[in-house]
Amino acid sequence: MAELTASQRHGASQPLLVRIQQSRGALGFLFMLPAAVLLLLFLAYPLGLGVWLGFTDEKIGRPGVFIGIENYAYLWSDSVFWLSVFNTLLYTVTASVLKFGLGLWLALILNERLPFKAFFRAIVLLPWVVPTVLSAIAFWWIYDAQFSILSWVLIKFGWIDSPINFLGDPTNARASVIAANVWRGIPFVAITLLAGLQTIPPSLYEAATLDGATAWQRFRFVTLPMLTPIIAIVMTFSVLFTFTDFQLIYVLTRGGPVNATHLMATLSFQRGISGGNLGEGAAIAVAMIPFLLAAILFSYFGLQRRRWQQGGAD
Amino acid sequence: MAQLAHTSARADQGGGDEGGMGYLSNLPRRVVTIYLPLAIFCFVLLFPFYWMAITAVKPNDELTDYKNFSPFWVVQPTLDHIKYLLFETSYPGWLLNTIVISVAATVLSLLASIVAAYAIERLRFQGARGIGLTIFLAYLVPPSILFIPLAVMVFKLGLYDTRFALILTYPTFLIPFCTWLLMGYFRSIPYELEECALIDGASRWQILVKIILPLSVPGLISAGIFAFTLSWNEFIYALTFIQSSENKTVPVGVLTELVRSDVYEWGSLMAGALIGSLPVVILYSFFVEHYVSSMTGAVKE
Repeated sequence: MAELTASQRHGASQPLLVRIQQSRGALGFLFMLPAAVLLLLFLAYPLGLGVWLGFTDEKIGRPGVFIGIENYAYLWSDSVFWLSVFNTLLYTVTASVLKFGLGLWLALILNERLPFKAFFRAIVLLPWVVPTVLSAIAFWWIYDAQFSILSWVLIKFGWIDSPINFLGDPTNARASVIAANVWRGIPFVAITLLAGLQTIPPSLYEAATLDGATAWQRFRFVTLPMLTPIIAIVMTFSVLFTFTDFQLIYVLTRGGPVNATHLMATLSFQRGISGGNLGEGAAIAVAMIPFLLAAILFSYFGLQRRRWQQGGAD
Repeated sequence: MAQLAHTSARADQGGGDEGGMGYLSNLPRRVVTIYLPLAIFCFVLLFPFYWMAITAVKPNDELTDYKNFSPFWVVQPTLDHIKYLLFETSYPGWLLNTIVISVAATVLSLLASIVAAYAIERLRFQGARGIGLTIFLAYLVPPSILFIPLAVMVFKLGLYDTRFALILTYPTFLIPFCTWLLMGYFRSIPYELEECALIDGASRWQILVKIILPLSVPGLISAGIFAFTLSWNEFIYALTFIQSSENKTVPVGVLTELVRSDVYEWGSLMAGALIGSLPVVILYSFFVEHYVSSMTGAVKE
């Protein structure tokens, strides 16, 4: 208020700097400027450029010309592309379900009263903190065809006779990369769900117990409904990051054997950067967008329904 | 510490009763339903790190000889792999690159995010809500669909194979995250403080620097270390935009330079992975609470 009267009194005679300081719009614009420039230049523009590149035949070192939907038409009849779509969906669905189940389980365990709880919570988050590529290299060594520690242990127990070919066989390779992804994803799901669990008032459980609810009923009718909004958000993030995963596959299999573990992101890299066909690579990347949008919208509307059910404002 | 000992003593007696219904379950039951699964989880989650560390100090003859040596232990630990890594490869250079790039990208993103978050949250200019939502959506745009057009841009701007290519592109995923986090922090600061300062004649800039920022130090630390970790771990941009060995970051360098032929140097690979993880793990160990709050904060909002 003081500001307003001051500016009215002095009117236009004030220097430009002072006038900018007193206008919300101008000051807001000025404050937004650094972030806006960086995001428009390196996020919004490339997003548009990517869509445009998908319609051109640009190659590394050669500017492309507009070729309409030729890239997409080619991909439509490309069995490797469809295999990568299938792989990506399989990878995303399997890994997300496992991450959710195991993550929720771990969160419930950590929500119990435990000795050294803070310590356990800290070490559980470790896989998520270290660089994915570096932990993936450790998995590469764990999955080694000859010297795998897993094979060695299983042979010692007498459960198998020869080392498992973890990354050389299509089915094994798929299971192996999913396992590595789940290993890295559990901490994120567990710790965020734990934060959600801690906001549930204990009195609800006490009331349910007095009413004779079993442990399962307490989980099903108290924990789960209270946790649903945060589950929706956590799983949206988890699904998005799993769907667009690149690093793990690039380290462990580079899409092999016989493209069995190629995800859309790795195929896009292989065709676009390694193969030099920027246009085709961009088209594969753009083909991921509808899936991502579908995932976001699904969780968005799922969330809204929940809020309305709980009687909250939308 | 006293609290911890107290809690563990209670748990040993079969679950305490403070504020909960732990007294309803007895010790054997707790062992099967809680301690055993927890132990398995911890073992599985930590085993790769143990394996990394033990491989990094194993001499080569023990490394692949499972008949005479138990793979789980090392008889004659050696520092050869680490020495090789530090003195005969470009590894120290990669470490330096990663530090410079991560710090620069983090500082740049924090500065841009602080003013942006303040503007969205407190200036309440026209369209502030819409911009806040747009920023959140920007966080959902994955690097995997941006790297090809960004590579084209980086090349045209003449930034290819320089640190600036990464310093300028990392903020695309750091700014949305930091802004979103800081908006939540700024919201928790009472508006009255700001009004008092306004009446005393402070400018918006003075308010931001002298009132809001000192009050949101925990938020700034959370955003800062989280952004640093994200930049440290980034891979696909660094792989695409950097070509020459001396400009690579640790994750890219370890993967592309240490893996040369069909003969994998597992010892030095694991040493490289271990040393490359240490900085973020150390940072993490000092700021666990900040990590957790930034991770859950970004999700909860």
